[in-house]
Amino acid sequence: MNNLPNTIVKLKVRNHPGAMSHITGLFSRRGFNLEGILCAPVGGGEDSAMYLLVRNDERLEQIVKQLRKLYDVMSVVVQDDLDHTVFNRIEELLGDARL
Amino acid sequence: MQLNGASLLIELLKRQGIESVAGIPGGANLPLYDALGQSDLRHVLVRHEQAGGFMAQGIARSTGKAAVCFATSGPGAVNLLTAIADAKLDSIPVIAVTGQVASALIGTDAFQEVDTYGMSIPITKHNFLVRSVAELLEIVPEAFRLALSGRQGPVLIDLPKDVQQAAIELDALPAPGVPDPAPEPDGAALAHMARMIAAAERPLLYVGGGVVASGAEAEVRALSAGCGIPVVTTLMGLGVMEPENPLGLGMLGMHGSRATNFAVDRTDLLIALGVRFDDRATGSVASFAPHARVIHMDIDEAEFGKIRRPDISCECDLRQGLKRLNRLVARAERREWKAEIEALRATHSLPLPEDASHPVRLIGSLAAAAPPDCIVTADVGQHQMWAAQSWPVRRSRSFLTSGGLGTMGFAVPAAMGAAIANPGTAVLVLTGDGSMLMNIQELATIAENGFDVRICVLNNGHLGLVRQQQELFYGRRYVASRFDARPDFAAIARGFGVRACTLALDRDEGALARALSARGPVLLDIAVPETENVYPMVPPGKGNVEAIWAQERNA
Repeated sequence: MNNLPNTIVKLKVRNHPGAMSHITGLFSRRGFNLEGILCAPVGGGEDSAMYLLVRNDERLEQIVKQLRKLYDVMSVVVQDDLDHTVFNRIEELLGDARL
Repeated sequence: MQLNGASLLIELLKRQGIESVAGIPGGANLPLYDALGQSDLRHVLVRHEQAGGFMAQGIARSTGKAAVCFATSGPGAVNLLTAIADAKLDSIPVIAVTGQVASALIGTDAFQEVDTYGMSIPITKHNFLVRSVAELLEIVPEAFRLALSGRQGPVLIDLPKDVQQAAIELDALPAPGVPDPAPEPDGAALAHMARMIAAAERPLLYVGGGVVASGAEAEVRALSAGCGIPVVTTLMGLGVMEPENPLGLGMLGMHGSRATNFAVDRTDLLIALGVRFDDRATGSVASFAPHARVIHMDIDEAEFGKIRRPDISCECDLRQGLKRLNRLVARAERREWKAEIEALRATHSLPLPEDASHPVRLIGSLAAAAPPDCIVTADVGQHQMWAAQSWPVRRSRSFLTSGGLGTMGFAVPAAMGAAIANPGTAVLVLTGDGSMLMNIQELATIAENGFDVRICVLNNGHLGLVRQQQELFYGRRYVASRFDARPDFAAIARGFGVRACTLALDRDEGALARALSARGPVLLDIAVPETENVYPMVPPGKGNVEAIWAQERNA
C-alpha cells in the first residue's frame, strides 16, 4: 500500500438510477470520508465506471467490504498504483470555471 | 394470461410461499388491495403501519422464512421505516411493499408523496423503485433472493400506482427467488482453527443471531460438548444452548452475569460465531477478551475486523462451516477450564433476588405458568433484560426481541406475527408500561383476529431503564422518566374487547397462573416495584468486568 493520504477505489456499477445514491449513502451512513467522485457510463451505457477518492487509512478495508455488498456494485478495486492526476485535472477544470 | 401490476405482484408473492400479509390500505396502494381481495392471501389489517412491519418480523423471526408487509405512500411508508430499520439491524428477511404516487407525479410534491426510495436506502439491504409492470417479473423474485441470501435483511419495493394498474400479457410466471448458495468454507482456515482449538487451554464460544439464522444450534452444541468449550450468548443467540446445559453461561455484556463476563475475560481463544461484536455485548472493546486470540466465522465477511481483528476468519454458512469444523477438531475434556467455569458460576452467577416482589421472581412465576412450548416476545427496557437474564429459552426462534435497534413497541405486533405463523402455539408478550403504550392500538387487531396472545405488562410507572441510568449516572436527577398519568391497562384492554386483569404487588401467584393458563387474547397488568434496577450493569464506556451491583451504586 502506498503512503499517500488518499487512494482511489475504482468501481464498476450498474448504470441505473439509484446506484449513485446507494454508494454516496453508504459513505455518509458509515462516516467514511469521500473526497471526490468521478463517474461516467462505459461500454454501451449498461454499466458505469466510478472513481472514488478516499482516505488511505485503516477504514479503507471496511469501505471496500461494505461497497462489495451493494447490489449495483459489480466490482471493487483499490487502485494503489493510479496517480491522482485525474482528480487534479478536474480540479484545474473546475477551478477555471467561473461559477 | 392478462394481469395488471397489482395482481401480478400478488401472484408472485403467492409463488414465494407467502400466506399472510400485514398492512394498511391507502390511496396509493388501493389497486394492490383490490387484487389482494380477489386472491386467497390472508390479510391482517393492522392499526399502524409500524405494527405491520413488526408483525411481518414476528412471522420471519419465528419461522426463518421471509414475510411481507404493505403500506401506502407518504405517511404509510414513513410509519413503516422504524420496523424496517429494526429488521436491518437484526438481519431479519422482511419484504416491504409500499404504494407510491403515479410515476408522472413523482417529484411534484404530490399528495402523500415522499421519497420512500431515498429514505429507505440506509435501512434496507436493498430497495427498488418499480418503473414498469414488466420489471416486477424480475424485481419480486430478486427481492426474495436478496432478503434470504447471505446475511438476511429487509428489502423494500416501492410501487407507483400507475404500475399497479398497468396491464401485462404473460405466458408464464418467473421462477420464485431462492437464496444463493453460501460461500464454501475455506478448508485450510478450518484446519487452522481446529489446531488453534486443540492448542487452547481456555477456549470460549461466543454465539449470536447468525447461529439461529443458519440453523446451526446442534453444531454449536456438538462443538461445545465434544471439545469441552463453554458458551456465552448474545441477546440474539438466546436459545442456542438449552438452559440446563452446564456449559451454557447465558448472556454476556452490559447486563450479563459476572460469571459470563469473567469467563470472557479469562479465555485464551474466543470462537466468535454469527456475532458482530456489538457494543452492548463487548463493553469497552479494548478490554473485551483481552487475553484471547480470536476465531471469527460469519456469513458476512465485512464483520471480520469491523470491531475486532480476528486471528483467523471463515466466511461461510455457519451450519456448513461448523459441520466441517466438528469433523476436524480433537475431542477434549478440559477439566481444569470447566472447573474454573464452575467456580466462576458458584461465586458470580445471577442470584435469585430475595424480595418476592422482584421482577426476576415474577418472570420466574410467568415462566412456570406459561405453556412450556410458548413463544415469547419481549419488548425493550428493564423487563427485556430481566427476561434475557432469567427466562428459560428452550429453543431458538422462541424468544423474539428487538436486539440491535432496541425499539419499544416491538413485542405486541411481533407477537401477532408469531401467532399467525404458529397456529396452536401460545405467544406470551413480556412488555413494560412504557413499551405497551407504543403500539397499544394493536389490541384491536388482536381482538379482531382472536390471536392467542397473552400480554404481561410489567408496570413500574416509569421508563425504567432511563430512570435507572439517571439514578446511577446522572446524580439521581430524574427527568422525563416517570409517568404521572397511570393508565388503567386492564380497562383499556377491555375497551378493545380483550380480557384483562390487574395484579397488585402483593398478588396471589395462583391468580397469576390462572390468568395466564387460559387461551388468549388476554392482558395482565402486573405491578412491579417502581425503583428496582437491572443488575449487574456495565457503566457505558467501561469494560465488562467493571459491572456494578446494587450495593455498589454511586460508590
